[in-house]
Amino acid sequence: MSAVAGTDALHWLTASEARTLLDKKELSAVELTQAHLARIESLDPSLNCHISTFPDRSLAQARAADERIGRGESAGLTGIPISLKDVLVTTGTQTTAGSQILKGYESPYDATVVQRLHAQDAVFVGKSNTDEFAMGSSTENSSYGVTRNPWNLDRVPGGSSGGPAAAVAAGEAMLSLGSDTGGSIRQPAGFCGIVGLKPTYGRVSRLGLIAFGSSLDQIGPFARSVEDAALILEAIAGHDPRDSTSAPMPSPDICSHLTGDLAGVRIGVAEEYAVDGMEPGVETAVATAVESLKDAGAIIKQVSLPHTRYALPTYYITAPAEASANLARFDGVKYGLSIDGGSLREMYEQTRGQGFGPEVKRRIMLGTYALSSGYYDAYYVKAQKVRTLLKQDFDAAFADVDVIVAPTSPTVAFPIGARLDDPYQMYLADVFTIPANMAGIPGVSVPCGFADGLPVGLQFLGKAFDEATLLSVAHAYERSQPWWRMHPELGNEI
Amino acid sequence: MELTLDEVRHVAALARLGLTDAEQELMRDQLSSILGHINALNELDTESIPPTASVAALQNVWRDDTVQSSLPREQVLMNAPRQNEGCFEVDTPLGGEESSS
Amino acid sequence: MEAGSATVIMVQFAIFARSLETGRGVEIDVTETIASTRFETVIGLEVHAQVLTKSKMYCSCSAEYASAEPNTHVCHVCMGLPGALPVINREAIELCVLTGLALDCTIAPFSKLDRKNYVYPDLPKGYQVSQYDLPLCQNGTLVFESNGEPVTAGITRVHIEEDTGRLLHRTASDGSDISLVDLNRSGVPLMEIVGEPDLRSPEHARDYLIALRQILRYIGASTGNMEEGAFRCDANVSLREAGSTEFGAKVEIKNMNSFRAVERALRYEVERQQGVLEAGGTIEQETRGWVDARGVTVGQRTKEAAHDYRYFPEPDLPPLALGADIVERIAARLPELPAARRARFVEAFGLGEPEAAILTGERETADYFESVCESAPAEGRSRLAANWILNDLFGLQRERGLPPDRMPVSADQLAGLLDMLEADQISARAAKELLAQLGPGETAIDKARSLNLLPLDDDDAIRTAALETIEAFPAAADDYRNGKKAAIGRLLGETIKRTGGRARPDAARAILEELLNSPS
Repeated sequence: MSAVAGTDALHWLTASEARTLLDKKELSAVELTQAHLARIESLDPSLNCHISTFPDRSLAQARAADERIGRGESAGLTGIPISLKDVLVTTGTQTTAGSQILKGYESPYDATVVQRLHAQDAVFVGKSNTDEFAMGSSTENSSYGVTRNPWNLDRVPGGSSGGPAAAVAAGEAMLSLGSDTGGSIRQPAGFCGIVGLKPTYGRVSRLGLIAFGSSLDQIGPFARSVEDAALILEAIAGHDPRDSTSAPMPSPDICSHLTGDLAGVRIGVAEEYAVDGMEPGVETAVATAVESLKDAGAIIKQVSLPHTRYALPTYYITAPAEASANLARFDGVKYGLSIDGGSLREMYEQTRGQGFGPEVKRRIMLGTYALSSGYYDAYYVKAQKVRTLLKQDFDAAFADVDVIVAPTSPTVAFPIGARLDDPYQMYLADVFTIPANMAGIPGVSVPCGFADGLPVGLQFLGKAFDEATLLSVAHAYERSQPWWRMHPELGNEI
Repeated sequence: MELTLDEVRHVAALARLGLTDAEQELMRDQLSSILGHINALNELDTESIPPTASVAALQNVWRDDTVQSSLPREQVLMNAPRQNEGCFEVDTPLGGEESSS
Repeated sequence: MEAGSATVIMVQFAIFARSLETGRGVEIDVTETIASTRFETVIGLEVHAQVLTKSKMYCSCSAEYASAEPNTHVCHVCMGLPGALPVINREAIELCVLTGLALDCTIAPFSKLDRKNYVYPDLPKGYQVSQYDLPLCQNGTLVFESNGEPVTAGITRVHIEEDTGRLLHRTASDGSDISLVDLNRSGVPLMEIVGEPDLRSPEHARDYLIALRQILRYIGASTGNMEEGAFRCDANVSLREAGSTEFGAKVEIKNMNSFRAVERALRYEVERQQGVLEAGGTIEQETRGWVDARGVTVGQRTKEAAHDYRYFPEPDLPPLALGADIVERIAARLPELPAARRARFVEAFGLGEPEAAILTGERETADYFESVCESAPAEGRSRLAANWILNDLFGLQRERGLPPDRMPVSADQLAGLLDMLEADQISARAAKELLAQLGPGETAIDKARSLNLLPLDDDDAIRTAALETIEAFPAAADDYRNGKKAAIGRLLGETIKRTGGRARPDAARAILEELLNSPS
């Protein structure tokens, strides 16, 4: 196991630990930011977590944070170094969505989550790598090179939010924000041995998130602890009138619910979450985790989610269909790549043919096909109906339990290049995470051990808008285990 | 579910995706394979099941009819590949292009 | 002033001219029936009307685009920037529902927005947020008059959507054709009003449009301005054997930019199809564009890939559930509609049909008329008010280039003027002058005073004028004195003239008679 226990290094602090030190003036935001920027500088040549960094601006934000702390007005994330997945639009730096088609694109507005973090004087250390338009499970689809897993540089970090996940796992950022359409936060969190939370659909404003599957997308955090994930969720959640699907409720109070007590909590285990191709190491780690939950006083109950196996095919209609429309705007007219083809039609086809990578083109094709005349009912409407069944599965299960526990992914991080030739094999990496997106419920992945030297993720799923219970259970489990304090040995420790 | 090359070309044209011959063939094979997996959905009888387009349990989400300031034009045009007279510039659409309603 | 036959003709002309709103070169088409006895014409119209809101459909940019510099009313939403999300303009939904209610539609208790996918440079997102299978309003009717006969046409649906940007065509320095994209209009709310194929002639189509436009203006849902593109019309035209219940292949006609163009294009198209069918040919289902300058419709080449719009529910917008309470509240905004108001004007004010029609042509005019009448519910007021509005105010309105819904003087001002006329405080001639001079904020009576338009009550002044007249026209005075009493007419006219028209005729006559009869 190439893991080391927590050190005193600044880049391994949790945000809540850093908060205390910052507010006691034992540490400055500038020092903390410099530590993370140095980490990026030394590690990113091999890890490639970030597409863009802007150290001067980061340090300016850190100075502003220190001033605020000096005035005694710090908020939860004041001065905390955060990385943003490059599908979140930001002013003052390019936002690429991991695509050639948006290389150099500058947004004239900030995403709501960026505004909210900025309002707390958080520090942005970079825009992190992603599969192109968040389509993928390995970050291999990025036009800006693959991100490497900090636990094993020959392995993928997962995806699509591989950059922000690896950045937190490697100590390049204390927290990061990703997006999760079918598992793109939870799966890389599991692969990288950190905490990754997909909030309830509608909990966090999607304004400024470059859309992939609009009815599935949700922004959420990566963190080194559940408590940190709760801290940043509280900062970014809450109603945004500029996102019509944003739930009209205030940001939840979660941190005060993290009691660490599991007594009497009903936790469901679904038989359908045992699939072919599940790695024994993963199976063992998850089974051990369930046992420890039981030992801590939780009531383990069997639940049935009978339509689970249909979630993946449903997703691969719904998400590409929505994506085919969402990506129509990249047409070489208003922004982004534009390849002159001698005629408008040629310009469209050349720009999109060359500007998008293979996976994006595949999904645009799949989605266009599923919506096209003659196939709409057979594919798109069929998928919508199965989506109803998937949602009903969870409604029924949650009548009996408070949360459901499951593996985050059937495997640990796979080798770079291993699944590129077979798209459907790649899609299977998300088999356990997709159902939550289809139902809109929250899910969190926490580290639960190692298999073959690579982290295994344990996924908890909760009721819609009950992140408080979900994270309270995840937190209690986390604190009963040593895993969350494990960090990869990256050789060039600073 | 086997797609033909003609179907691939038709869908690519709808999506305005320029695909090379090799890409078209690869797309035919891969999409056919993916659709093969997707056809598992046909095992389910969904006749009486209502569709779910979104899980947001909201309705009548709207705003008041008030005007707020727009973007400065420099920002509207700041990423424009081609611009002219304060507008985005394109080659004139040909007669065969779809046009607006 | 009597509402004689001349007035009626003038009124009919005015209805036509004002409805067409061209103001220039209006020709009155002699309504010719072109349908042959063998074929029946079948027309259905699709109208796109801009909804009269301050801000756009899904963002808060100003919806005013006509006078703005290109791309100055544009934001991340209406230019389709990455990450942008739409938010529905409630007023646009309400005005669409109001339109549905005015057209007797059923308002959908559950409705949703859908993405309509197609690619064109004026459509920044690559899809238009429109409505597919659950429109806001369905199954309505529009009753209108054509050639004096009432016609009932079905309304299939009214739905809400967003407008596209505009393309300006230029020739580049290298001679190639380029287009400039202005997105100010992108996202302006638009209603699509789809009519049933219930129209049987180009005249029906024209009168349907006039009536529809009038309703939209009445309820404040749209300016209905066709020249500015706020009211656009496409038509589906087919012919069928008389007596047949099947529809023939339909041809969609686009590019008709005025009421007159609609009528001309449809007349052309009906004749064209008739010619093809009579020669034994068949009509192909196609889209044809009206070329106004040449007076013909021309087939538009379309790719087979076109028109697969791949509609699906807009995931960024939750559905609309307009319960009875909401619809009721919107219905409370419905004013009395033109047809009902016209009938009431005939009934309550004793107006003729043509006068009532023109007075109710614009809601503002009808309100104005009623307001002028309200201040003096006397019998003669409505007649008097109607005549003054129809003749004098409309004349002045045209002269001053005012829009048809703006009167040259306020209702209070006109009421004041009519009060003076009715009380015989002012002559008709002076009243006309007063009307022309009346400025904003001035009362009729004060202005009349300051213009010296009130009758001369000063007998001395009249006496002076009368004496001057007698002196100037000794022959007429002698004639009178010699018993030719009619000769006083000449002297009376001259006397009044010498008072600037201000002397009351009866007062002047009395003074003249006194002077002529007294031994001098």
